[in-house]
Amino acid sequence: MVVDLLTDGAARTAEAAPARIGRLGPVLRTVRVLSLLVAVAVGAFVLVAASPVDPVDAYVGADLAAVGPEQRAQIEERWGLGDPPLERFAAWAGNVVTGDLGTSQIYGLPVTTVIADRFAASLSLMALAWLLSGVVGFGLGLLAGMRAGTWVDRVLSWWAYLLASAPTFWVGLLLLYVFSVSLQWTPVCCAAPIGTLPGEASLLERLHHLLLPALTLSLVAVSPVLLHTRQATIEARESDYVAFARAQGDRGTGLVLHRVVRNAAGPALMLQFAALSELFGGSLLAEQVFTYPGLGEATTQAALRQDVPLLLGIALFTAVFVFAGNALGDVVHRRVDPRARREVAA
Amino acid sequence: MNRRELDVSVESAALDVRDLRVAFVQYERGLRRRVVEAVRGMTLSAHPGEVVALVGASGAGKSLFGHAVLGMLPPNARATGEVRLGGRLLDEAARRRLAGRGLVLLPQGGSYLDPTARVGAQVRRAARLAGRRDPAAAAREALAERGLEAGVERLYPHELSGGMARRVVGAVAGVGDPAVVIADEPTPGLHPEAVAAALQGLRRTADGGAAVVLITHDLRGALGVSDRVVVCRAGSTVDEAAVADFAGDGAGLAHPYTRALWQALPGHGFRAPAEPGAAS
Amino acid sequence: MTALDEGVGATTRPGEPAGPDLVARFGRGRRSRTLWTLGLALVVVLAVAVAGQLLQTSAGDPDLPSRLQPPSPVHPFGTDRFGQDLLQRTLVGLRLSLLVGTSAAVLSGALALLLALVAVVGGRVAEAVVGWLVDLFLALPHLVLLILISFALGGGTLAVVIAVAVTHWPRLTRVLIATGRESAGADHVAISRALGHGRVHVARRHLLPHLVPHLTVGTVLLFPHAILHEAALSFLGLGIDPGEPAIGILLADSMRSLSAGHWWLAVLPGLALLVVVKLVDTIGNQGRALLDPRSHHL
Repeated sequence: MVVDLLTDGAARTAEAAPARIGRLGPVLRTVRVLSLLVAVAVGAFVLVAASPVDPVDAYVGADLAAVGPEQRAQIEERWGLGDPPLERFAAWAGNVVTGDLGTSQIYGLPVTTVIADRFAASLSLMALAWLLSGVVGFGLGLLAGMRAGTWVDRVLSWWAYLLASAPTFWVGLLLLYVFSVSLQWTPVCCAAPIGTLPGEASLLERLHHLLLPALTLSLVAVSPVLLHTRQATIEARESDYVAFARAQGDRGTGLVLHRVVRNAAGPALMLQFAALSELFGGSLLAEQVFTYPGLGEATTQAALRQDVPLLLGIALFTAVFVFAGNALGDVVHRRVDPRARREVAA
Repeated sequence: MNRRELDVSVESAALDVRDLRVAFVQYERGLRRRVVEAVRGMTLSAHPGEVVALVGASGAGKSLFGHAVLGMLPPNARATGEVRLGGRLLDEAARRRLAGRGLVLLPQGGSYLDPTARVGAQVRRAARLAGRRDPAAAAREALAERGLEAGVERLYPHELSGGMARRVVGAVAGVGDPAVVIADEPTPGLHPEAVAAALQGLRRTADGGAAVVLITHDLRGALGVSDRVVVCRAGSTVDEAAVADFAGDGAGLAHPYTRALWQALPGHGFRAPAEPGAAS
Repeated sequence: MTALDEGVGATTRPGEPAGPDLVARFGRGRRSRTLWTLGLALVVVLAVAVAGQLLQTSAGDPDLPSRLQPPSPVHPFGTDRFGQDLLQRTLVGLRLSLLVGTSAAVLSGALALLLALVAVVGGRVAEAVVGWLVDLFLALPHLVLLILISFALGGGTLAVVIAVAVTHWPRLTRVLIATGRESAGADHVAISRALGHGRVHVARRHLLPHLVPHLTVGTVLLFPHAILHEAALSFLGLGIDPGEPAIGILLADSMRSLSAGHWWLAVLPGLALLVVVKLVDTIGNQGRALLDPRSHHL
């Protein structure tokens, strides 16, 4: 997963932008989100339609020689490929509004079904990684921030910056080699023992298969939370209110719990929700490494095998997923930081 | 250890600071480093029951005095000098341990309150840290003493007016019944009545047995409540004078800068004192 | 406060001048250390690029008798299943990574600057439009957006270069807008506007000088993102043509024989990529420390 660590100040200004939007009224915000979703749909459709790859060739694949021109024409007609792009878009968009995203060509199932099934598998993976990276990252960030300048901070910061530069899939490969190939503690692939369907596997078996992909994802996702929490902690530590708390004799764990944690938690939570977008990108790579049958793997397959309806469906779905993450982040931030509550009320 | 525990005899000063110095290291564009000495020798003592004013122009290093005495300077600062509390020489770590009970800082305003915690929680926490047996009751009492109703306890700092925030800060600082209070510019931007009230509050604190250091640039206000005035200029204390000496045309004032400050006030000659380059 | 906790008590003898003694307690020569790190990182990165360029033609030579050899003095990174030297292939792959990074930095940097200037001097509507565009590009997970663009361009090396190059501007744009808005609020800008100077004049004479340092640093720091995204796309098989030695492809290939214990195929190219990304990141961060000393105070 690639992390945005442009500059500390830059990161803060980048975070300030959603806050500005937050000051718009709820109606305007809804309009904005809807306009963005429509734009995503149009943009994705344009991009996919612009592809020089012939969807019929892609669909037919190796059987190209066995398919006659009549069959080709039949497929084209069924998919409406002869129609002008605008008409095709209108047809597709009309279906999307009614909840019909079309049929996946590679799985032969409705796109909504494929996404629902695959997302359920990805969700457990992402949820585990999200919680793990959030808790560990926040804890270590607090520690680094409170010990800023000491060797603890230096080791933690160095580690976080190093992980931020490490390719997710490479981290996955390393873990795979060490734990699955060399030590044979964890399975080499998939979401369930080979030969069983995920639904038939026991909870323990599924957790066993989930462990390494989740660890890969969280290892890389820890670093932005850690670094931002560290920054927020340092800011809190240098603030007037912490100086005053010290002047009252507040020190150590008590000072951190009463004066620093809450102040650092707001930004960290917002970041962690905004990071859902990065997390999904990471799951694409982790699922590829561990052949984990989630939505990320389906995305890769859809792109590799030119499954246009599925690709479009996934684009729309992930956009909604990202917006939901940002909205949740706003709500939670408002719960944690009373100042944010006022901004919305004003 | 609060006022009752810190055995302060009237002879030894509650607070005795000698030759306090504070230096900062800064980095300029291109990472060139320079050391700036912001406080260059401040000496001041305060006895129980006394209000001592530390007066000087903005940028004279007055606020750093308070932070250095409490051992709360930022990491890129270094302090040297002797600080005695109740006659005992204490290093910064020891002073930090006394903070809140033997020694408190009374700062300027709302930014000194934690924006994410309710007023009540903050005052109760200060009371608990000061070792008060019933923190909730002590907090309620400290707020009531400053004319704040019980409802204020449920508010967040950003919901307070400037004046209320100042009084809450006072309640937080005062709830531990400290032996030494260092009040840092408690009056700027206040109405004249509010200024008088804030200063009278300090006087009452001193009359109750605490030693109060009033850091201010407002000489006239300070004269109304103080017993002695220490004058600082460009980071060092240059003079100490009794309040009674500030009279007439300032003939009783020995130091020319002190006399100049006095004469700069309306009705005493109205001459502006020559300011040397400000230090911080 | 940690610096103070480290045993600096108040016991210093009174009257002693604080200056030189205090200076000695702080670290020495941060400026020269920064310059040295910056120079060294630049030299290494350039050396990698040059080596990759020189090896471009010879790195493909298969040598079947010496296939799948672990690292040795002759082949420091070992050999792959065709007997090709992995170090050579890694260097060629890194050259491609740097190329992708450079084009992304140049294109996205230019786009970010242009959009930021339009947003800052163009009035409220322009600012809203740019803000909306930024949000639009951040609406999809970056990797999904890259896949869509690469798909639209029919895949292949050029498609990846373009996809990576045109999608890395949104965050930098936000940073530049924030900086630009700050300096646009300054008095001399208001005076210039009051004197009747046009928007283009204000943008060129007053905003650009303030934005350039942030742009330079932001562009360098954008490099690592671009490199890692290219590697990710290639790893998924959606990027560089298979057969070309991109790091992502080398690592994807390594998966086939990982269970056979050929660890070097996975570990070493990835490690090399990590080192290059870290070096470029170092260049950006040291540059920032030089331009913005406050970021280095703690």
